[in-house]
Amino acid sequence: MTATSLPTATITTSPQPASAHASADFTPRYWLFAAPAVLVVAAVIVFPWLFTLYMSSQDWKIGGGPEFVGLHNFRELFNDARFIESMGHTAYFTILAVVLPIVFGTAAALVFHREFPFRGLLRTIFVMPMMATPVAVALVWTMMFHPQLGVLNYLLSLVGIGPQPWVYSPNAVIPTLILVEVWHWTPLVMLIVLGGLAGLPAEPYESALIDGANDWHMFRHITLPLVWPFIMVAIVIRTIDALKAFDTIFVITQGGPGTASETLNIFLYLQAFQFYKIGYASAVVVIFFVIIIMLSLLLLYARQKSKWNA
Amino acid sequence: MTRLLKRIGFWASVFVLVSPAVLVFLWMISLSFKNELDNTAFPPVFIPNPPTLKNYVDVFEKNDFALYLWNSILVTGGAVLIGLAVGVPAGYGIARGKATKFAILILVARMTPALSYLIPLFLLFQITGLVGTITALVITHLVITIPIIVWIMIGYFENVPMELEDAARIDGATTWQAFRHVALPLARPGIVVGGILAFIFSWNNFIFSVVLGGKASRTLPSAVYNSLTFEQISWGPLAAAALLVTLPVLLVTVLAQREIVAGLSAGGLKDG
Repeated sequence: MTATSLPTATITTSPQPASAHASADFTPRYWLFAAPAVLVVAAVIVFPWLFTLYMSSQDWKIGGGPEFVGLHNFRELFNDARFIESMGHTAYFTILAVVLPIVFGTAAALVFHREFPFRGLLRTIFVMPMMATPVAVALVWTMMFHPQLGVLNYLLSLVGIGPQPWVYSPNAVIPTLILVEVWHWTPLVMLIVLGGLAGLPAEPYESALIDGANDWHMFRHITLPLVWPFIMVAIVIRTIDALKAFDTIFVITQGGPGTASETLNIFLYLQAFQFYKIGYASAVVVIFFVIIIMLSLLLLYARQKSKWNA
Repeated sequence: MTRLLKRIGFWASVFVLVSPAVLVFLWMISLSFKNELDNTAFPPVFIPNPPTLKNYVDVFEKNDFALYLWNSILVTGGAVLIGLAVGVPAGYGIARGKATKFAILILVARMTPALSYLIPLFLLFQITGLVGTITALVITHLVITIPIIVWIMIGYFENVPMELEDAARIDGATTWQAFRHVALPLARPGIVVGGILAFIFSWNNFIFSVVLGGKASRTLPSAVYNSLTFEQISWGPLAAAALLVTLPVLLVTVLAQREIVAGLSAGGLKDG
């Protein structure tokens, strides 16, 4: 199958010409429609990008003036153990916060693809975490993680599991934050994969049944290859979102205990708005930006490849 | 027999999938209706008995919750309305003018962490004296609303057949009239979808208000967070406040689920 009919195709690729007589309509008269947006985007999006690039070459603390230092901030960053550590935390967090929602979300999509009583209602409940205000939910999680009074340790004790330290132990904090992230964003993966399942043809399943294939075989050899382009889209989106994760980590741990859950985002925030090192923090943004662009290109490339193979 | 086992297995997996969401939201509701004694009891009390509204009264009486609510409405309302006014025509212009480069720019803007806009905008607002004002927050929230609206509108306008506008122009309509009276009404579902998603992402935004909001211009998410850190931690009022903050978004989700799903499959990325 080719993925050209994907409704989600526009997420990651540039818009394709929709009508055949495209070139004939290419006239400046349409520019006027975009002009106000161009102005606003230039002011609040492009200007900050360029200004960040400029600031990354300055030694600049809030209150003082800028001083040109070239690439010094970058050199300092790569010698900053705390920065390197935060990169490691980000990688750890991102990998699990992509893989787990992809697996659970795909499984959930297979379940919600079937017809069953109350499906609409149950799907709405399942989707709610993804829309809920992250800060509000993070506060509730914080109360649930409380080591003595938290409801989670109580529920675990009911099934005979001892109390967990959750976010209070350096080793458990990142897995715990991943738990929250999985809770939050598995629904998005489910919705994307569900969209893929909705477009599946019935014929391959019918012939497979005649050939005596079981459920697992049909999933492995028919469903999975056919929805793979959708799963790739979900992987791209999840990766970028996981890299951007900030609100819940900031509210629940502020990067702690110590620096055990300090991701790139938290490091960046602290450098800029706690230590007021504007230039240094801007260099982090530039590195962050490069990572996101490179990963997006890599994943787009992988998606392109998977299109031909699927 | 195997059929029965399969059915049980299926419903067990439905239960496993839905229960985490149910647990968190029910616990939030439970905390918000219990008195402080029950909230800190162990083993935990699940059903509020008797339920109390004191937490909700506290939220409004002991905090400036009404002010923060109003701030959130102003900031999100302003950013969504400006976003629609600017973003809908832009989506049309990009779709019809094949402005692919501008479309890619919008996409990159969707992928960039919100945090990275904050440092330059903070300095800019400091220079112009706008730090701590609602205006600064509305401007910053445009970073969220414009890309999502433009991106969704491109998709919708591309699906409006060009032939209809061509016909209108042959009848003497200007480009603006063809947009206003032909393309725009046909793309109305897109405007609804874009508006809803922009509303949700802007309402949920936290970090802009933490850095740029003043004591009087804070939006709800950062106000609730601040009440956690700067006042004594009591779970009941906090849960009540958290529930009130996220309630509008959850209501919109329930009421407009179909539009949201359509929009997410067309526009993809969350904000953050």
